[in-house]
Amino acid sequence: MTANALPLRMKRTGDALALDGALVLLGLFLAVFIVLPLAMVALYSVYDRNDAFVGLANYAAFLDTPSLAHSIGNSLTMALVSTAITTVLAFTYAFAITRTAMPGKGVFKALAQIPILAPSLLPGISLVYLFGNQGPLRVLLMGESIYGPIGIVLGEVFYTFPHALMILTVALSTADARLYEAAESLGAGPLRRFFTITLPGARYGLISAVFVVFTLVITDFGVPKVVGGQYNVLATDVYKQVVGQQNFGMGAVVGMVLLLPAVLAFAADWIGQRKQTALLSARSVPYVPPRRPWCDRVMFALCVVIAALLVGILGTAAFASLIRYWPYDLTPTLAHYAFAEVDETGWRSYGNSLILAGLTAVAGTLIVFAGAYLVERGPAHTGIKAAVRLLAIVPLAVPGMVLGLAYIFFFNHPGNPLNALYGTMGILVLATVVHFYTVSHLTAATALKQLDAEFESVSASLKVPVWRTFFRVTVPLCLPAILDIALYFFVNAMTTVSAVVFLYAPDTKTASVAVLNMDDAGEIAGAAAMAMMIVITSAAVRLLHTGLSHGLSQRTQTWRKR
Amino acid sequence: MTATPYLRLSNVVKSFGAFQALKGVSLDIGRGEFVCFLGPSGCGKTTLLRIIAGLDPQTAGTVEIAGRDVSRLPPSARDYGIVFQSYALFPNLTVARNIAYGLKLKRKAEEERVRDLLALIGLPDIGAKFPSQLSGGQQQRVALARALAPSPGLLLLDEPLSALDAQVRLHLRRQIRELHDRLGITTIMVTHDQEEALTMADRIVVMNHGDIVQTGTPGAVYREPATPFIADFVGTMNFLKGTVDETGRIRLGSIHLHSARPLTPGADVTVCVRPEDVVIHRPGPVNTIDMRIDAMEFLGPFHRVRLTADGFGPQPLTADFSANLVRDHRLATGDRLPVTLPAEHLRIYPAA
Repeated sequence: MTANALPLRMKRTGDALALDGALVLLGLFLAVFIVLPLAMVALYSVYDRNDAFVGLANYAAFLDTPSLAHSIGNSLTMALVSTAITTVLAFTYAFAITRTAMPGKGVFKALAQIPILAPSLLPGISLVYLFGNQGPLRVLLMGESIYGPIGIVLGEVFYTFPHALMILTVALSTADARLYEAAESLGAGPLRRFFTITLPGARYGLISAVFVVFTLVITDFGVPKVVGGQYNVLATDVYKQVVGQQNFGMGAVVGMVLLLPAVLAFAADWIGQRKQTALLSARSVPYVPPRRPWCDRVMFALCVVIAALLVGILGTAAFASLIRYWPYDLTPTLAHYAFAEVDETGWRSYGNSLILAGLTAVAGTLIVFAGAYLVERGPAHTGIKAAVRLLAIVPLAVPGMVLGLAYIFFFNHPGNPLNALYGTMGILVLATVVHFYTVSHLTAATALKQLDAEFESVSASLKVPVWRTFFRVTVPLCLPAILDIALYFFVNAMTTVSAVVFLYAPDTKTASVAVLNMDDAGEIAGAAAMAMMIVITSAAVRLLHTGLSHGLSQRTQTWRKR
Repeated sequence: MTATPYLRLSNVVKSFGAFQALKGVSLDIGRGEFVCFLGPSGCGKTTLLRIIAGLDPQTAGTVEIAGRDVSRLPPSARDYGIVFQSYALFPNLTVARNIAYGLKLKRKAEEERVRDLLALIGLPDIGAKFPSQLSGGQQQRVALARALAPSPGLLLLDEPLSALDAQVRLHLRRQIRELHDRLGITTIMVTHDQEEALTMADRIVVMNHGDIVQTGTPGAVYREPATPFIADFVGTMNFLKGTVDETGRIRLGSIHLHSARPLTPGADVTVCVRPEDVVIHRPGPVNTIDMRIDAMEFLGPFHRVRLTADGFGPQPLTADFSANLVRDHRLATGDRLPVTLPAEHLRIYPAA
């Protein structure tokens, strides 16, 4: 027996080699479509219009331009105010859904999803209808204009509400009944129980919700574009600099600035989540909210008000799109849905959106699930895996505007062999997949981690090829998560504006961009109608998803039953 | 060993950075043997099993199965079945599909094989059920059937009983051992439960800190533990600190004990004696001490008794007295009695 100087290397089977290859490919994919484009933004921010290196001159110019520097303050103000309002409303709503015995919880939950189905341009349009120059509710603003901070905050609250609600519902639904029983037996009143058990238990969810809403608002482009008026924020500045003035260097600078709060929020959230060790042990007793007539009634009333506002905003756009002339001629008409009259792309843009959403759902789901599988269950290569895991998280911190900008710089560069993608549907699909990569990846990874760690070991010992276990066991077990991911990609591809607004070509214009263009051209009714088409499509796909998931659990998921 | 061993491990090393999880383990296992890797958590026993299985590569050393060097072969090129603590049954497949998972037979032959295996594990009627409809013990038996289905030459069991209730565990212990005896399959089981190892194994491999510290039959490991660690880990043991005097006897406080073996005068030693080897005064003057019962713990078939004596030192002596003995002698707390530590049952180790 001679001592081995070199560490032993296992002979790799064809399977293992294929998985290794796929993992490397995935790493390359993420590097090429995330890292390199973002690097281009940083690079462009230090070059001037004539491609001469200017160091930080663009940044200095940015700070010297009062209107641009002013936008930072505006963006922060809007983000802080909207975050405060959304968090309070969403917490109230989530508390009502999880901790009271009020009726109609299912309906309230469903209604809260309305904003997700619409592009963020829709609340802006509705607000203009309600509070604009001819708005019936204009008097409520007491002389103030809806175009500006008021409109932005209202729109952002609508747009971010479901995101905060989702996080807070999860945070509040995991409660240990034993804590409440212990507190009650020690004589703690309801208020004390709320402040000593409920609130601390949900604190990480609260922190997370605050950061998510803050990031969403500061990077959102749709609401301020429609109702921002003269009130400039960073997201609209990028658009103006790039699309309006073709000043890419300055656009890149604003993009870098825009990246900052998102990265900070993201880092803080990440740290918060790591600290969140399991609050709920396996022995916890689930909390069942008792009947408290007064509390239940008050919470029910609050939920009705909030839900009515959400429905009202959507209803306004729907109604306005179906009548001749808001608010004077209420004759029903479908005229506003004849898009060709007001927008040269006509219905084509809606067709484009369907293609984009379909392709994104298929390609995105395939890449994300295969990628998460390789990372979570593939053969051990800790180095590459850690890198891929990190890359998969990055898109969450990248605002859509910045991603769109990055893709222009990267793909429009004449030296790039991928240049041919520029102006095609392909680049829109790529941008959308990358834009929404992180949440999908985490969903897939969570589902995969729940599977027994030894499935692959057992298969190997039984001499069954990896791909067979993948298709016979892994995929069927993860089917609900796979459907969720596909839905997430589809709906987001339908509603997104921020990344695609930089990347579309005349024949790949999407419905959401058409909404933007029509609104820009003053064709608000057309814009509302197109926004409604997006909502209807998203809602239909969501219903389809519910039906599919249900049918699936009936037919192929028999094993889940006991 | 005259015949070539079925499994031969030579100098197997596993390092994680600077930490050595296995420090050069060598071991031969004969065909048809039932071997238990026993040790506390973190001793390297599971790492060793996974190296045998090819699930984790060793840093150095070789693994031979049936005379074939498999050190660098992936799991699928080795010949074994494996059962994990978590069962790892595929929840979306029926019991029959799970068992047939590794079979490459015609439909008819496959059905027959599955039926035989279900009969073998004593659950003939559960083929159409899903794993979630079975109890933990039943699931683990299905996992066993799945591992045995392709008739592997080696069966690896990674803490297969740890997730089960005590009652089921006892039952399954016996069933696994009977299965082994019937099939004659070479079996390696990893466990941290010394009782499991003692009752099931032909041979126990005791591991600690990434090394084998003793191999032997359950009887040998129990009666002649090679080190104080093993003495402590397997069964219950009294540890008494003493010194060897110039006559070769061991001095504990003011008491002298005779050893069955010659000892070096002046050495500090640890004297070990099992509680059940402590007896009430036996004829002969050697190693008998007058002691007092400090406490008695009733454990069903026997009493665990704590004994002390003046001059015995601070350490109490634990003795197990059968229920009959306690009744016949009417023993009670506070009683004084002469107690003998038989010289032939004393294990003496150099003090650490």
